[in-house]
Amino acid sequence: MTTGLSAGLGLKPQHYEAAHAAPADGLWFEVHPENYMVDGGPRLAWLETIRGRHPLSLHGVGLSLAADAPPDALHLARLGALVERFEPALVSEHLAWSTWRGTYRPDLLPFPRTNEALARLVDNIDRVQQALSRRIAIENPSHYLRIEGHEHDEIAFLTEIARRSGCGLLLDVNNVFVSARNLGFDAEAYLDAFPAGYVDEIHLAGHTADPSLGEALLIDSHDAPVSPAVWSLYERLIARIGPRPTLIERDDNLPAFDMLQQERRRAEAVLCAPARQAA
Amino acid sequence: MSAGANPSGHLRVFQDGFAAALIAPAVPAGGASDVPPEIARLVAQPGFAVYRNTVLKGCVDALQANYPAVSRLVGDEWFRAAAMIYARANLPRQPSLLGYGSDFPTFLATFEPAAELPYLAGVARLDRFWTEAHVARDESPVAAAAVAEFAVPELARVVLHPHASARWAWFDDAPVATIWGRNRTAESIASDAASLAPDLEWAAEGVLITRPRGAVLWTPLGKTGCAFLDTCAAGGTLAAAATAALDADPQADLAALIAQLLDAGAFGRLILHDDDPGEPAQ
Repeated sequence: MTTGLSAGLGLKPQHYEAAHAAPADGLWFEVHPENYMVDGGPRLAWLETIRGRHPLSLHGVGLSLAADAPPDALHLARLGALVERFEPALVSEHLAWSTWRGTYRPDLLPFPRTNEALARLVDNIDRVQQALSRRIAIENPSHYLRIEGHEHDEIAFLTEIARRSGCGLLLDVNNVFVSARNLGFDAEAYLDAFPAGYVDEIHLAGHTADPSLGEALLIDSHDAPVSPAVWSLYERLIARIGPRPTLIERDDNLPAFDMLQQERRRAEAVLCAPARQAA
Repeated sequence: MSAGANPSGHLRVFQDGFAAALIAPAVPAGGASDVPPEIARLVAQPGFAVYRNTVLKGCVDALQANYPAVSRLVGDEWFRAAAMIYARANLPRQPSLLGYGSDFPTFLATFEPAAELPYLAGVARLDRFWTEAHVARDESPVAAAAVAEFAVPELARVVLHPHASARWAWFDDAPVATIWGRNRTAESIASDAASLAPDLEWAAEGVLITRPRGAVLWTPLGKTGCAFLDTCAAGGTLAAAATAALDADPQADLAALIAQLLDAGAFGRLILHDDDPGEPAQ
């Protein structure tokens, strides 16, 4: 899937004015569609204004694709209305669940990667892609638990989902780093094995150590700059798979817009560097 | 599909168990009998707290964002403790958290620790009104000139529908709107002005909240204005609304009231009834 996008930024209401004033310059923005599922008002007006100058990506957190139930019809309809109105360059969601039996948990919850879950995910993604009349990308989550009963490793599972449903993948490098530390696997080996052909988008974000357990448990907190280790993994990944739309995610402890722009320019530099390695 | 090691229906059992454990008040030592062993072993891992904390923090953060005047009045610690109790019993129904906590004012009205703050539920209601106005459908407010086009006999048959963003309330027991306003604005939140300053006059009062264009605005509204808008919301004509206002206060200055409401952008549509509807519509 070719979007022509380079590096973009997560967009927060605190940065609306700066985002609108920023030179177009290849800059694109990503928002959580859940924050724009309203009937009217200034939020939608701002998004419309910014969309007038910059490409947009909708990165959902609420479809609950890994729940053992179809996506909520109302939520999907509201997402569809936003897709129609804002014509985003990218639409993505997570390999996780959150809504279950009518209530929503604001998190991205884990599950055993079984054949049963695989079939449910493929069916749910198919429903979403049909409803939106477009391909979506699915993001690898951060892991904090050793779940029993996995029947597939994560890369095989994501690859099979993409192959069966026709969806793309959103590779979050920080999530790989955090999960590798928490579960004890090799982040470089994971990224080296990730199926390049399905990667529609890459996420970079900051993490923090758990306040009580320290470095033994890293939290995907999105409240800090991208760490040096994650930058290194990103450079290695791009050298292998070539440039992909890359987003700097920041949801908390927001710095000035210019600080985010600096991180974005660093990602752009990586994307523009000549490939150092022929695969 | 090949048969896996896990039986079909396992995902459902897993999600039921995991969801229950997330909001369980405490982890029973050794696991309770109704917690599946597979879930109990997850809860025992340090990483489970990350999910539990993220879920509850997400709910509490959303409530605090949606009820800023309540939060300022009671303080961060009190608010978050109350919000935690509310969230455990009332998880969001939708992933869009802008609307989360619609019945938080009702919760506060019967929340025992809030009994000393009888105005708190009212303040919460106005925070909620602000949110509803903020996200309401965009609608051009009816201009005063549109009303001025009608001659007096016709005017009685005009129906003014409240603007999509318009919310109003009358508080008999406390100056809830003043307390709310002082704790709602960026200026009040940035300043050290006491939230219940000594100059506060303890009197009944009402308020009208609207978003005629970009920003949410509010203005004091008398009992007559509330009665007038209640009738408009029920589809009553101007004649019926005027009657309701005069019932509330026979001395009401109707011309001034209608001018105030139009100026605040309180109406979204104007319709002239074909004939005299007689009794006010309900």
